[in-house]
Amino acid sequence: MIDMRNTTLKMCALAFVLCCSSCGGIHNALNPSGPQAHNLSRLWWLMFIVCSAVFVIVMIAVFLSLRNRTGDSQVTPQIEPPREQERKRSNVVVTAVTITVVILFVFLIASFSAGRSMTAGLEHKNGLTVEITGHQWWWEVRYPDASANNIFTTANEIHIPIGVPVTFSLKGGDVIHSFWVPNLAGKKDLIPGKINTMWLQADKPGVYRGQCAEYCGLQHARMALWIVAEPQEQFNAWRQSQTGTSIPPSSDSQKRGQQVFLTSTCVMCHAINGTPAGSNIGPNLTHVASRNMIAAATLVNTREHLAQWIRDSQTFKPGNKMPQNNLSDADLNSLVDYLQSLK
Amino acid sequence: MFKKTSGRRQRFAALRLCVKIFIPCLLLFVACKREQRQFTQPPSTFKSYDVTMSDIHPGSPGLPQPVQNPSDQRAFDTNEGKRLFTQYNCSGCHFNGGGGIGPPLMDEKWIYGENPENIYSTIVEGRPNGMPSFRYKIPDNQVRELVAYVRSMSGQLRKDVAPTRNDDMNAHRSEERTKRETPQRSGPPPQ
Repeated sequence: MIDMRNTTLKMCALAFVLCCSSCGGIHNALNPSGPQAHNLSRLWWLMFIVCSAVFVIVMIAVFLSLRNRTGDSQVTPQIEPPREQERKRSNVVVTAVTITVVILFVFLIASFSAGRSMTAGLEHKNGLTVEITGHQWWWEVRYPDASANNIFTTANEIHIPIGVPVTFSLKGGDVIHSFWVPNLAGKKDLIPGKINTMWLQADKPGVYRGQCAEYCGLQHARMALWIVAEPQEQFNAWRQSQTGTSIPPSSDSQKRGQQVFLTSTCVMCHAINGTPAGSNIGPNLTHVASRNMIAAATLVNTREHLAQWIRDSQTFKPGNKMPQNNLSDADLNSLVDYLQSLK
Repeated sequence: MFKKTSGRRQRFAALRLCVKIFIPCLLLFVACKREQRQFTQPPSTFKSYDVTMSDIHPGSPGLPQPVQNPSDQRAFDTNEGKRLFTQYNCSGCHFNGGGGIGPPLMDEKWIYGENPENIYSTIVEGRPNGMPSFRYKIPDNQVRELVAYVRSMSGQLRKDVAPTRNDDMNAHRSEERTKRETPQRSGPPPQ
């Protein structure tokens, strides 16, 4: 008996710890870090608290009615109960229905106004615009600019300044995807042939995880992204570093790596600005070494992962469009040297 | 007595209904796992020196045996070939198979032969008058997929293997519904 109680206690403690663990984190709608996410989490808490209260009340009512039931089956049920009792019961039902309708209307209005506030004033949020195109299974990120020299394309890692509303224009490259960064905003679909617009704002610096939220094929689960929110000066420095052409190779190995890149399969799909490689089937690699992750936030950007990914990416993400590459060890080594120099 | 038989009849009716719904549903499962997708590819059976350009052959053993392209049997591979045909910009010259800068691929004329090894060689080695060599540029398994797709464009593959639809608006009907052409050698390439 004591053992049993101990186990129950432990289970309760575990459940509590698990519940608490969902309160923080970088991929959590209940840990809002911007005005959009705050709106949504307020709505969520309102619905959670009210629904929990309703659930508890209903459970109490069920429990009471079970306890007070007439257990004697010998008594013949009354076809016509006393008038007074009947009146009392119908009053209870009417009150319960009224409260339910009122609650549903409160939910309706709260949900509608939260939805309105998400898109309100979108045309005035002209701080920064980022264009995102969803591909199977990665995110192409383009920072447009009035000056053509400052336009650049990157992938899967979006830097934004804090305290500034950032407008996202979302496009689908092949099938429908959905852009969802739970800590910062709700979901918005990326639809081929259509441009969807949304905005979000990060109030505190940090790294937030995003995820494709519309099933888009075999590797949908491994289609993630990072939003790096940083102070304005840091963001400007990052932006400066991303514009322009790639760093030319300096060491012999890096030079050989560039040769390997330009004479083998890589050049058919990837672009490195400042070299003849200019295809746009795969992510732009002009500053690939500056990114923290590769393969749509699937692998940490280390030397080993890069080499393994180039040689046989199908073991990490079966079905992705990158083929196996039978490079010799020396060529692969040089290629990774070169890619790691592309800061 | 009457009541009992009626109950039994009802039970039989219910059973019959179950069978009528259940068996067709079961039949749907036949369509599952039609083929196993292979994401990691075995090494190629093709070698460039297997290809002969003419019927004249020195020595006694005769012509080398034609090579089987495993991708010819796999619907996944032909569809991948169709995707790659666009992505590697084959359409830039061959125009969805209709021909323009390069020769058409959907008709019955084959300048360099209609066998898989001929097409493989065309892609890997290149051909005079414009066809570039894609050696080392396109991995071997993808060349095989392209070969299978090129053959499906003139209806050379089985109907259940050829691509069944176009992803975009396209000038021609899907390869599955393409008329099967009888291959002919069409003589020297146009100068």
